[in-house]
Amino acid sequence: MAATHTTLAKSGPMPPPARTLAQRLRAGDQVAHGITLAAAASILLITALLVFELYINSTESRAKFGWSFLITQTWDPVADEYGALPFIYGTLVSSALALLIGVPLGVGAAIFLAELAPPKISDALTFLIELLAAVPSVIYGLLGIFVLVPILRVAEPSIRALLGWTPLFQGPFYGVSLFSAGVVLSVMIVPFIISISREVIRAVPADQREAALALGATPWEATWDVVVPYAKSGILGSIFLALARSLGETMAVTMVIGNDPKIKASLFAPGYSIAAVVANEFTEATGQMYTSALIELGLVLFALTIIINGLARALVATGSMGGKA
Amino acid sequence: MTSLHTLRRKMVNAIMLSLTGLCTLAVAGTLVFILGYLFVHGAKDLSLDFFTKLPTPVGETGGGMANAIVGSAKLLLIAMLVGVPIGFLGGVYLAEFGGTTFSFVVRYVTDLLNGVPSIVIGIFAYTLIVLPQKHFSTIAGGLALGVMMIPIAVRSSEEFLRAVPSSLREGAMALGASRTRAILTVVIPAAKNGIMTGIMLNLARVAGETAPLLFTSFSNRFWSPGWDQPTAALPVMIFTYAISPYEDWHQQAWAAGFVLLMLVLGVNIVARMLLVQRKHVAR
Repeated sequence: MAATHTTLAKSGPMPPPARTLAQRLRAGDQVAHGITLAAAASILLITALLVFELYINSTESRAKFGWSFLITQTWDPVADEYGALPFIYGTLVSSALALLIGVPLGVGAAIFLAELAPPKISDALTFLIELLAAVPSVIYGLLGIFVLVPILRVAEPSIRALLGWTPLFQGPFYGVSLFSAGVVLSVMIVPFIISISREVIRAVPADQREAALALGATPWEATWDVVVPYAKSGILGSIFLALARSLGETMAVTMVIGNDPKIKASLFAPGYSIAAVVANEFTEATGQMYTSALIELGLVLFALTIIINGLARALVATGSMGGKA
Repeated sequence: MTSLHTLRRKMVNAIMLSLTGLCTLAVAGTLVFILGYLFVHGAKDLSLDFFTKLPTPVGETGGGMANAIVGSAKLLLIAMLVGVPIGFLGGVYLAEFGGTTFSFVVRYVTDLLNGVPSIVIGIFAYTLIVLPQKHFSTIAGGLALGVMMIPIAVRSSEEFLRAVPSSLREGAMALGASRTRAILTVVIPAAKNGIMTGIMLNLARVAGETAPLLFTSFSNRFWSPGWDQPTAALPVMIFTYAISPYEDWHQQAWAAGFVLLMLVLGVNIVARMLLVQRKHVAR
């Protein structure tokens, strides 16, 4: 044994014969490496160019309004005065509402699919739910206008009876509103929360839940007090991913939010989101300053989603502990 | 006392577990409802005219969206020409040549690009092409969709190439093939089906994108006269028709929504089934 070992160590692997550049070029390795490297580098280039174009083309607006752009409520194309606050407010509130509805539903369903349902049923349901994520957002908008809004008009009196005492559900309800936008968004983000959360819950080692059960915990206690805390950062990551998606969601929101750039306390009032105002007004923007302000809104949205996405990826990465998210 | 406590725990257990079941039911029910509603409302107004005729002016019934269907196909073709080569070659780099800090940066930026809202990508294509050209164009819309395809194309190509066992690579190289030859003749053919399926899913995803087209390829009531001219696209037509005040336009929007959804879901179902089959074979 030892003899073989030394012989092997002595002879060692033969160093590859030195090849000239021409030989290596003929073999194609350098060329292939170069071509694929160029493709990879072009992704960096495209992303950098995207940031650059947004920054350069919003120069006028940034120069005129400065940071107060973010906290100004006026949006007046006639007077050429622009502020982003109503849109930032609408974007954040509709997304917050979407999370409020979507997170309990999504995490609940993920727990059911990962812990309780038989694997075959779980896989079939997950397949269906992931199809929901493939439905184009304009179709959610279509359903929002013609199905959800009429339903909400019918449901409005009961919502008001239940929650009407809060300032959040005051004032007239036209159907299109921040509330409708939040509901549509919640339907759109639930599939993301479910499919990622189910994976991270499934990745929790079986001995964790078995140990809890052996100590006398009920299945629910084992799930809620042991498995879910173990998978916490992954679930949190899925929620942040969903948030980033709902912040940038355009068509479905544009079609049901009401498109009114005012900040009202009531969720029943129409609102506006960053993505929606860009979608609606970009082609109509006549002046330089108008276009520039809309592009700056795009820059704000970009920054917002980048921050949330970065947080989400970090959380999902730590949640799966070196495994693939 | 203890038995009461146990009873309470058992009740909490039963209630919470059924609640999670209800959550699942609610979500799955929503999907069934969406599909059912679109079937009933969309299929009803679908006729051959929808695929062969141009949109009619307001008030005139009938007509179709032939120009939008062709427009969408043209946009997807450009998107594929932009997104697939960059995405695929980038994926080959990450799977076969990468492994250093640079690969980490590329992966990170790719994820970042994937998170950029589609409307922002639209602004990007607008500033790149529409602004200098001073008019809307099919190419700008296709470019926007193409940029959206890149991140997913990179990651799915990388994943499928990595799934090829390294013994295949080593075998080819042991027979004297260069690294490139091994990749071209052994690794890529082995990963081909997966990569193609990834591209199909990717195309289905951008086929439904509306926001980046609104101010790039814009829209057109007629046949688009050329690649550098505005064109109609199916998702944009759904949007404009849905928010219009006309009843027969709403009907057309439903029909278009039905066609688009069938296309997207059809591709998704077929592609996912192929992927699942392949996984079983590999095991």
